[in-house]
Amino acid sequence: MAFAPNSVEPPHAVEPPHAVEPPHAVEPDTAGDPPAPHAGPGTSPRLGAQAYVRGGATQTAVKILVVGHFAVGKTTFIGTISEIEPLSTEETMTRAGEEIDDLKGVTGKTTTTVAMDFGRLTISDRVVLYLFGTPGQQRFVQMWEDMARGALGALVLVDPERLADSFQVIDLIEQYSLDYAIAVNHFDGAPLRDEAALREALDLLDDTPVVTCDARDEKSSAAALTTLVRYLLDRVR
Amino acid sequence: MTGPGEWEPEAAELVRPYVITKGRGLPDEAELSLITLVTAAPEGPRRPTRLSPEEQRLLDICSAGYLSVAEIAGHTRLPLGVVKILLAALTEGGYLITRPPVARAPLADREILEEVLNGLRAKFG
Repeated sequence: MAFAPNSVEPPHAVEPPHAVEPPHAVEPDTAGDPPAPHAGPGTSPRLGAQAYVRGGATQTAVKILVVGHFAVGKTTFIGTISEIEPLSTEETMTRAGEEIDDLKGVTGKTTTTVAMDFGRLTISDRVVLYLFGTPGQQRFVQMWEDMARGALGALVLVDPERLADSFQVIDLIEQYSLDYAIAVNHFDGAPLRDEAALREALDLLDDTPVVTCDARDEKSSAAALTTLVRYLLDRVR
Repeated sequence: MTGPGEWEPEAAELVRPYVITKGRGLPDEAELSLITLVTAAPEGPRRPTRLSPEEQRLLDICSAGYLSVAEIAGHTRLPLGVVKILLAALTEGGYLITRPPVARAPLADREILEEVLNGLRAKFG
């Protein structure tokens, strides 16, 4: 994508910004450093025409969440589907958030920010779809409220080898009353659990869709998204 | 606990977010969500005021088309809360116009979901 030089470095590998905290440590040029010359106050980032929402004057913007634990492949998935280089935003945690921050034991860690990755897909002249991804952690409550409000639904990416890591994510999704489908990100060589065992482990309802996908593959990722949307459609019919 | 002086030790920004926003609070969510689409007002404000460098940056980036609030934050690398506050102020001042996502209703949902489903099928087969 021909983008402005200051578009956020695309974390195309499996989520480097999420894999280690704080994100600044692995992505020092995202924030925390003195602003690069092109991003300094008074200058404006120049974006290519394709950075803008083509039908912005008339299109309805909708969003679907792509959630999952750290390093499950959310950023990869979003990058695969998105027509723009995935972007991320970070939010300084509030003092209130700090009180409940479970990173208290981490040496020298007094505050943190969280990355929320997102991408965009023009669906038609009438609809533009945003995909938002964030780790499912209770302490990012504000971010979750922002993301969940008005979302059509959520695709929960699951690593079959780390099922327990998904519990908290699914708890949050249910807490915000979001309809969801499970996409088992099928990593190379990882044996796939049978679906019944996975359903039992995650305590899924019978009609919750479970699909496998390869987050790096466009068709496979789109198929997972399609499964979710078809399910959401069934729910409103 | 942290003392005020140690707040946000990792960020080397020159000023605290509170200063950039001039102490303003977060705008109403209904007004500016993550996917509210924003662009510069074609006519500009009736009574132009002096803009801060950050406000000018946001206005510049919005001048060439529509972007979502989330995209504006991503491109400018300003914290999302700060971006929302500044966009709200710029909108109030007549510099920007915003298009909130439609309020959700079951019928609208169904039409939108059908459109998304058809769009995904058309794009990815």
